[in-house]
Amino acid sequence: MTSAPAAAAGSGSAAGAAGLDAPALRERLAELASRHGIERWDLGASCSTDTSVQVDRGEPKQMKGAQRSAITVRVWNGSGLVGVTSTSDLSPAGLETALMGAQAASAFGNPEDAPAFSPLASAPLPQLEQPLRPARPILQLLASLQDAERQLLERHGAISTVPYNGLAQRRSERLYLNSAGACRQQRLSTASLYLYARAEEAGRKPRSAGAVRLAYGVDDLDVAGCIAEAAARTISHLDYAPIDTGRYTCVFTPEAFLDLVGAFSSLFNARAVLDGVSLSGRDAIGQALAVPFLSIHDNGLHPGNIGAATFDGEGTPTGRLALMDGGVLRHFLHSEATARAFGVEPTGHAGMGAKVSVSPDWFEVGPTPGSGGGQQGLDHRAADQSSGAGLVVIDSLSALHAGVKASQGSFSLPFDGWLVRAGEARSVEAATVAGDIRQVLNAIVGFEGEPEVTPDGLCPYVWVEGLTITGDA
Amino acid sequence: MVVTAPPPRLQQQLDAGWRPRLESLLAAGRAAGADLVEVFLERTDHLGVLAEQDGITSVSPAFSTGCGLRLFRGLRDGFVSTNDLSEGGLMAALEQALGMLGLELSPRAASGFEGLPALRDHGGGKGDWLLHCPDLGEATAKLLEGTRHLERLGRHLQVRRGSYARDWQEVLVAASDGTFARDVRLHQSLGLSVLAADGDHRSSIGRRYGSSDRPDQLRHWDAEASAREVCQSAGTMLYADYVQAGQMPAVLANRFGGVIFHEACGHLLETTQVERGTTPFADKVGEPIAHPAVTAIDEGLSDGAFGSLSMDDEGMEAQRTVLIENGVLQRFLSDRAGELRTGHARTGSGRRQSHNFAAASRMRNTFIAAGPHSPDELIRSVDRGLYCKSMGGGSVGPTGQFNFAVEEGYLIENGALTKPVKGATLIGEAKEVMPRISMCANDLDLAAGFCGSVSGSINVTVGQPHIKVDAITVGGR
Repeated sequence: MTSAPAAAAGSGSAAGAAGLDAPALRERLAELASRHGIERWDLGASCSTDTSVQVDRGEPKQMKGAQRSAITVRVWNGSGLVGVTSTSDLSPAGLETALMGAQAASAFGNPEDAPAFSPLASAPLPQLEQPLRPARPILQLLASLQDAERQLLERHGAISTVPYNGLAQRRSERLYLNSAGACRQQRLSTASLYLYARAEEAGRKPRSAGAVRLAYGVDDLDVAGCIAEAAARTISHLDYAPIDTGRYTCVFTPEAFLDLVGAFSSLFNARAVLDGVSLSGRDAIGQALAVPFLSIHDNGLHPGNIGAATFDGEGTPTGRLALMDGGVLRHFLHSEATARAFGVEPTGHAGMGAKVSVSPDWFEVGPTPGSGGGQQGLDHRAADQSSGAGLVVIDSLSALHAGVKASQGSFSLPFDGWLVRAGEARSVEAATVAGDIRQVLNAIVGFEGEPEVTPDGLCPYVWVEGLTITGDA
Repeated sequence: MVVTAPPPRLQQQLDAGWRPRLESLLAAGRAAGADLVEVFLERTDHLGVLAEQDGITSVSPAFSTGCGLRLFRGLRDGFVSTNDLSEGGLMAALEQALGMLGLELSPRAASGFEGLPALRDHGGGKGDWLLHCPDLGEATAKLLEGTRHLERLGRHLQVRRGSYARDWQEVLVAASDGTFARDVRLHQSLGLSVLAADGDHRSSIGRRYGSSDRPDQLRHWDAEASAREVCQSAGTMLYADYVQAGQMPAVLANRFGGVIFHEACGHLLETTQVERGTTPFADKVGEPIAHPAVTAIDEGLSDGAFGSLSMDDEGMEAQRTVLIENGVLQRFLSDRAGELRTGHARTGSGRRQSHNFAAASRMRNTFIAAGPHSPDELIRSVDRGLYCKSMGGGSVGPTGQFNFAVEEGYLIENGALTKPVKGATLIGEAKEVMPRISMCANDLDLAAGFCGSVSGSINVTVGQPHIKVDAITVGGR
């Protein structure tokens, strides 16, 4: 039996068993930069050790381990233009090669949009409760997953396999340094479990569904909850029927609605606004985009966000940001460069590069306080609320990479879900849901239940009227 | 234009000089009780360039080295990847992989390993490929030529983009079964995309072109022709109505239309799906699974195609594999693990994104073979349906349900193309749709793409002639 290994390090590497050595990295970069006449630089580095297992009907399918390291170096040349280079080689020779590569690339830096150091790169960081859990031996992970698979298979005679499954743990570390003295460092341990079961009854099509759980360590994972949810979802799709094509009131589960919001997050993304690929214009702040009781915040620091980062790729602290309140657009997500262009402060959503990307962390979706939007007593299981054509519950969306046209606002997506009529739910055979995100945001009927924590954010069930469902019937 | 010297690159080559270290690793793994030990070493050099409007907005070089080490014992395997290619780093990876199989190093045990044979070097003659690729100055100039053509040829263009990616990879594969092979790969892709906007009307169209092993691809790129194609599509789709949803016949154009076979059937013919029990075709070899009009092939041999390989990531030479002949399933795509666990012989299809992934059976250049009809015959055979001129991405789920998006579509009415329509997503199940591909035209053509699956994102080619599907579910408004 072996335990998960620490990161092995080559001679002179800045990543070792104890993780990234920030003082050593700074010293080496400063010395190399000085040697090559580079006065202004910054870098982001990360290293991680991972172990994971997959099983197949009681047998180990694949066991994996990985030690990874990566570094991205940015250099400002004498004209203030920025170049960047990334490498997995954290040895002195690798660092020098990266620095030279960045210097060469800086000749092609964009004079219209050169990034600078974040003014918040040395501001105080938020304090997070992120316990570092010990890595468990991989054969212990294997035994746990075999047991979880067995329990799931025993839940229902129709569940024949769990074709997609995995139990994984990671210890990671990330770092940001710049030549002005900023130094950020964060260590993290995480674990994940996913179970996707396949069930089939005689003469009927196979059906599949699953569940995911995240935690800071393997011992913290809600294995029983994951098994129960995967079983319940899979079994609920066994009795299926085609659905008539038409317009329906749809009830999005928290996961499905967060997926949709995430796919259209360019609405809130200042980089996309400046690039002209967002549906929002530069002057959109203050405009009404949705029903007056919808609030959307980005909050990477929420306790439910396992793996929360305390700083972004430019060293800016992360925080809670109101994107939409009362249906009105309040703020954009920013990097240093986009914030400068808008005359505001960076928000902690930057990546790192010559052209810095901007992305959301973790959404909180729900009713605006005091708006009454979450207090309409909606319940898709209630017979009197699903009469007539019924309600379509959208459980999970597929193919977001292909079926979403973010710059146009439109989507057409396959989904798994149920048609609920008079309180009776029946799984929907292959179908798609289509619409426009602006239409969705303005056709929200209300929220059902309390917001639930999911891997991607916090959200209640969301009712939306008038979406087109295409079925096989 | 500013032209600089290329940045320095990694010095440590992957060649026969690695033999002693590799033989030590393989012998140690075998002595510890592994049935088979496989080492995959790689060195990569990447360059990405983005042009927006009339300027270069991102240049992103990256380079890396790494090792993926895989051990088999019975039907089990353990896989460890690391960036640390030092002797200690590789031995630590071996120890970890052994531990996964319940084994440990046994320095005094006999290995039975007789050493590696002479290196099969597929990389000979490819050593100067990087030097023959366009430098940054040439690459940026070519992209800006493309965005200027877009400006000149397009209307209502809000965003104009050109992108270029060059991926160079050197790999060395050694295994205790006597595999010892090296290759050098060069993949380049370039593309143009636009966002057109006029009031509330919007359309976003892109085209991407890819090649393997052609250092001068960018120099020979006809940027004007590409820009014209993109602008024509964007202009047509700008005012298109949303497609009306329902079941209908569809004619899918050649080139990227091949994504339907890739998603609907190709993935289900990989032995990884047989292992998982997620393909409905597992026991159908020799039986009809498609319309007799359909013959489908996967191969890694087409000169310059994006999915071509001199050898796969397990050191096996590429092949031409007939998957379906006249509707009858012939064989599966198989890798080392697939052969071990399913009995389907390897087809040179063991592929992975990088050393961070264990190889798996994956597609290469996959296409439906040409048929006897003209494209017009297919369209004329449809009273009312959908013509899919350009396809977006797609996916397939664990029950065989597939989907893909239509980027540019037209209504077919009374055997002729009429108005453009947008927002269509095609969905279905492989077992149901394959018998409905009833007509194949005579205009086979291929298109480059990327495929994401169990062993990461890899370069592939999809392709087909124009085909007709008798009925398929079209999701829309």
